[in-house]
Amino acid sequence: MNIAVLVKQVPDTYTERKLNEGDWTLDRSASEAVIDEIDTKGVEIALQLTQTHGGEVTLVTMGPDRATEALRKGLAMGAHRAVHVLDDAFAGSDALQTSAALAAALRTLDSDLVVTGNEATDGRTASMPAMLAERLGLPAVTSVVSIEVDGGTLRAERVVQGGSARVTCRLPAVISVNEKIGEPRYPNFKGIMAAKKKPVTIVTAIDLGLDPAGLGLAHASSQVVSGAVRPSKTAGIKVADDGAGGASIAEFLVAQRLI
Amino acid sequence: MTESPEILVLVEHSNGAIKKITSELLAAATRLGSPSAVVVGAPGTTGALVEQLGMAGASRVYLAEAADVAQSLLTPQVAALHTAAAKSAATAILIAATFDGREIAGRLAVRLDSGLIADAVDIALVDGGIVATQSVFGGAYTTKYRITRGIPVISVRGNSIDGSAPAIDQPEVIELDLTFDPAITPTVVEWLPEETGDRPDLAGASTVVSGGRGVGSSENFTVVENLADAMGAAVGASRAAVDSGYYPHQFQVGQTGTTVSPQLYIALGISGAIQHRAGMQSSKMIVAVNKDEEAPIFEIADYGVVGDLFSVAPQLTAALSTRRG
Repeated sequence: MNIAVLVKQVPDTYTERKLNEGDWTLDRSASEAVIDEIDTKGVEIALQLTQTHGGEVTLVTMGPDRATEALRKGLAMGAHRAVHVLDDAFAGSDALQTSAALAAALRTLDSDLVVTGNEATDGRTASMPAMLAERLGLPAVTSVVSIEVDGGTLRAERVVQGGSARVTCRLPAVISVNEKIGEPRYPNFKGIMAAKKKPVTIVTAIDLGLDPAGLGLAHASSQVVSGAVRPSKTAGIKVADDGAGGASIAEFLVAQRLI
Repeated sequence: MTESPEILVLVEHSNGAIKKITSELLAAATRLGSPSAVVVGAPGTTGALVEQLGMAGASRVYLAEAADVAQSLLTPQVAALHTAAAKSAATAILIAATFDGREIAGRLAVRLDSGLIADAVDIALVDGGIVATQSVFGGAYTTKYRITRGIPVISVRGNSIDGSAPAIDQPEVIELDLTFDPAITPTVVEWLPEETGDRPDLAGASTVVSGGRGVGSSENFTVVENLADAMGAAVGASRAAVDSGYYPHQFQVGQTGTTVSPQLYIALGISGAIQHRAGMQSSKMIVAVNKDEEAPIFEIADYGVVGDLFSVAPQLTAALSTRRG
């Protein structure tokens, strides 16, 4: 089975992340950019499925030039090839526009399964898998913690707020993986070297049949009204425990009328 | 009298009762126009919710019933909202920002070719237009957006909308024809309900007591639980504690995990890595106990004790129990 895995390059959550004051878009220069951790779990599941059922794993990303680093990371894990949706015209795209571009790229791949993370650590919209499924006319099973494929049928367990469920649907389908699905493999040296030679296809808006004149921030379906930086919180009282530290917290909470 | 525009709210319900988030969404909808509730359920089950929805502020209730709703994953809800939107002159659609809600919102936004705002923490009518507020990077930034395409589809975070909508005595009831495409609908083979304890829900709790790597073991987490129980608080855990196997994943507070914003957050043995802070830094009051006086958690703590959590926390628990008498 052939599997497409969406990967996204995001600001490292272990660093301070920033927005550009003014248009309140992501400040890509503020932090290290890394492959979103959840996407490495998507790559892992796809690799496991193709090891069992055969077929190949194609990574798909949309983002600026440097997003190719995220693709190389996934290729080093063992994915076979990658597609990079790359065009300045896409800058500032919202979820509706991004889903249209990614769906157009996915249509060229004809995959049996599309795998995404359940939510990106930067946008946290968690709507992309459903948007892609809607555009592609496919079922979506989101927040998946285990998956198995049997012929043309997908069986999965998904976990959401309030409980979990065992579900089934036909293939092709879109799934999003929950972080509980398991740990990703680390690329080894051989994988890293091999990744350098694996094909990364760059596709532009025109390649995807999209008119660049209607894309990007200026044509987004939502427009920023205003933004604000939260005033940074300052440290309050700090005391060393002299044997009455617990009691002193109780006194503090009483004084604050919290108990 | 001019009729105010309709705002559609997708109802979350179980066992014949509407959920708290639905009342919050109806309260938010009242600010924008006339709230209309959209209920999806098995045949003969939705009508019983009309009175409750009226009490919570719905002036109109759309009922959408189909036999296999319980086994059909989320596309019935998308279809019901799509149909209700077509029947009404709705100017916005509000959905709970749960995983399921955000999935429904994503499909619906594409189907309506409308702008989407996910996980809004506030909604207001500004100069006649709907403006939704998002909290970015764990509350480090607040951004406000206006949707400029189609019928805004907005998912709203639980416990973020204050106030309530005035009760409506007898909401108008409209039955919808519910049809959805089985070809794009996963089938639920078995529901596995989440085990819920007696403690409050982490995301909505007014007090959260969390343990980190400093707790040291799963057995030791009873120290955290005892303090939480003395305070009527929810229990949380840092990623380090969860990754070490001290506490189950669903209690993780942080960038990956639940974002909390309680009145009081007590951090025990948590260093305060940026990933953790992103999930709790908007708490109104933060108390921290850590052995390491250089721990970054102290930079954002209103009250910090440098010391051993195993002596400080039980002492605090005892002090609270004495007060409760």
